[in-house]
Amino acid sequence: MTAETLAGAEADPRRRLRVLASQEALLAIAVIGLAIVVGLYNPRFLAARNLSDVLLGNAYIAVAAVGMSMVIISGNIDISVGALIGVLATISGTLAVNGAPIVVAWLAALVAGVVVMALQGVIIAYLRIPAIVVTLGMLSVLKGGLISVTGGKWITDLPDSFHLADIELFGALPFPVFLMILVTILAALWMRYSASGRAIYAVGGSAEAARLCGISHPRTIVMVFALHGLFAGAAALLYATQLRVIQSTVPPNLELTIITASVVGGVSILGGVGTVVGSTLAAVLIAEIASALVFIDVSPYWIRAVQGVLILVTVIADILRRRRMAGA
Amino acid sequence: MTTGTHSETPAAPLLSVHAIEKAFPGVRALSGVSFDTARGEVHALLGENGAGKSTLIKIVSGVFPPDRGEVLVDGRPVDLARPDDARRAGIATIYQELLLFPELTVAENIFMGHAPRAGLRRIDWRAMHEKTNALLASLEIHDLQADRIVGSLSVGNRQRVEILRALSQDARILIMDEPTAALTEYDVTRLFDIVRKLKARGVAVIYISHRLDEIFAIADRVTVLRDGAHVATRRVADTDAAELVQLMVGRRIESLFPKITVPIGKPVLEVKDLERRPLTRRVSLTVRAGEIVGLAGLVGSGRSELAQTIFGVTPADNGEIRITGQKIDIRSPAQARSLGVAYVPEDRGTQGLVRPMTVRENFSLAALGKVAFGGFIDRAAERKLAGDGVKRFAVKTSSLEQIAGKLSGGNQQKIVLGKWLANGPKLLILDEPTRGIDVGAKAEIHRLMGELAAQGLAILMISSELPEVLGMSDRVLVMREGRIVAEFSREEATQESIGAAMMGSHGNAEKAA
Repeated sequence: MTAETLAGAEADPRRRLRVLASQEALLAIAVIGLAIVVGLYNPRFLAARNLSDVLLGNAYIAVAAVGMSMVIISGNIDISVGALIGVLATISGTLAVNGAPIVVAWLAALVAGVVVMALQGVIIAYLRIPAIVVTLGMLSVLKGGLISVTGGKWITDLPDSFHLADIELFGALPFPVFLMILVTILAALWMRYSASGRAIYAVGGSAEAARLCGISHPRTIVMVFALHGLFAGAAALLYATQLRVIQSTVPPNLELTIITASVVGGVSILGGVGTVVGSTLAAVLIAEIASALVFIDVSPYWIRAVQGVLILVTVIADILRRRRMAGA
Repeated sequence: MTTGTHSETPAAPLLSVHAIEKAFPGVRALSGVSFDTARGEVHALLGENGAGKSTLIKIVSGVFPPDRGEVLVDGRPVDLARPDDARRAGIATIYQELLLFPELTVAENIFMGHAPRAGLRRIDWRAMHEKTNALLASLEIHDLQADRIVGSLSVGNRQRVEILRALSQDARILIMDEPTAALTEYDVTRLFDIVRKLKARGVAVIYISHRLDEIFAIADRVTVLRDGAHVATRRVADTDAAELVQLMVGRRIESLFPKITVPIGKPVLEVKDLERRPLTRRVSLTVRAGEIVGLAGLVGSGRSELAQTIFGVTPADNGEIRITGQKIDIRSPAQARSLGVAYVPEDRGTQGLVRPMTVRENFSLAALGKVAFGGFIDRAAERKLAGDGVKRFAVKTSSLEQIAGKLSGGNQQKIVLGKWLANGPKLLILDEPTRGIDVGAKAEIHRLMGELAAQGLAILMISSELPEVLGMSDRVLVMREGRIVAEFSREEATQESIGAAMMGSHGNAEKAA
């Protein structure tokens, strides 16, 4: 019987089917399928310029969703990230305008992102306060603080060299898209192959079992949040540098869009399951849908409703999947 | 299903349960259990953990329906599909973990769901308080007021609130599940006073307890269950503690347990005066290489807590632990693991396994250090580790990439066991290693335990199944209320001697540790 079990382990005919049915594959199919369908209706949608703009304008959401996915996989949530992106963009822009070296301005956003998120991680992990409460508090602090400190003034006259988004690699690939792809691949490899990445899945899947296996729960949580802060910093830079001005606000409900990307990307809201590749694909899909609405003459205001439907469908599917597993 | 009819024949018992059968996936919980109770009777239910007491009371309380058999109230069959049906039939249950709303008052708790109403269906607060005071007076409870917040009450008073709640619904049959488990001696006395008053009013009380002395103090009759079957019903006046213990544990020992005699080596674990209040009290024990030490005791006797203290989950307050002779202060599971201690927890679903992870990932979880280099996991090494584990433990899985949570309980348990052995431990602590798994997988786990001991592993096994304890152990320790109260060699150990020590009935063979 042992021979048989192992033979089964190596050649599972259902394996290939499962890969095709994975959330990532479904999303990739949806991204391409939607482009074809909308393109048939209105060929202008497929213009290189439009597709590039869609990616360029939303790469920062995908980058932030990578960190968010890690946080949710670890069994937590963060609703402060939208406000944090606004604060980090403002910090970076203010430094750049006031003559700090550009590299310092960029680094400041990354460092501040790590510090704020790691602090939240410490409160969540060591004081054992639910992430939703801690990050809700931080959301208010950051949003209120930003408006009070800036007085709602926009930052203008940014030096040209500040604009990361203007850089094009190989003459065609905009830097934000490049960064989105790079961050996704690196994070995916790290989640899949590193012992720390494994610890994140273990803690999110069963904090108790992970603890008994000698995996430090608090340290893992702080690490996840610190990384999430780093990605939030990168996202803030992309956000800040795509326009000529930095407003003292961020798109409303930015954090919800980011969470939607993670969840639609297949990250289980209960923790322990998901990939960052899925969340990036989902971020692209959501941006594509928003753009498609314009091209098929539907009010872009519908995007929120579409996002809502997507999130409900994925969460229900996830819960049903979990229940089936628990029943087995 | 109505309770208000008045055609009771005095001869018919108030509640009777006929030939109840209930099976859960893989487990036969009750096979043809019958028993009855009369007005004004206190009927005790006795049995080991897993004997079927909880299943039986859940059926009578309408938590789930039986597969076969019927429940009769006043001689008429009642359909108890939902807890509400049981309530209307006059049956109330007080569970061990009290189900109260801590932020609400005594009166609100008592009348939750059936508050007296005034015009426009608004709650009649005055009537509610008056009724509450009347109930309090009827049981002569003077240290409880209707407007007290329940969260601020002692356990004993909370229990009284539950009893009053049952009475407010005109319950005629009151089921109490281990009501004294968390009570002080004074509260137990008061509880007994109340039970006697209820008896005098004609209420039938079904009383579940492990404490034999309580059964002799309060019950009229006692029914013993074992392995889901009815063993005997005795009048309390006609029996004694020795007979009850015998009835509870008396069970043939299956030849499932292949503990082979192996040379016993040096002590691997030595624990001296270990303390972690409230459930680990000055515990001393030794486990040697090649030895399987069984740890018997009732649920709540502190066995799992002791294991978790040794493993560093809840580090000790006092006392010392030596691993292979070296005195070590274990503060965390990670440290225990690095010292060669492995712990297979009781609840494999939440503590043992990361259910959404694959078989491969679960196998390597406790031994990531062995397959990860420079922080990165060597997939080939990991697959080999998991593949070897699957082979060695004969885990039936379609592939290494199978989600572990989808496997059967027995296969999950083999993974949890294999995960720890991948680390090459010196000491293995097993908490209920075969609970809830099928007979075949059980036999395999027992075979593995025997093999591991033969290879020189020291094993401390917590088990609530006496045949397993007797079959597998070289020595048996018995815990009660956080202390080790008896120790038996393989030759001395019998179901009766262990059972008596577990229950604390002062029979033979008991010695203080």
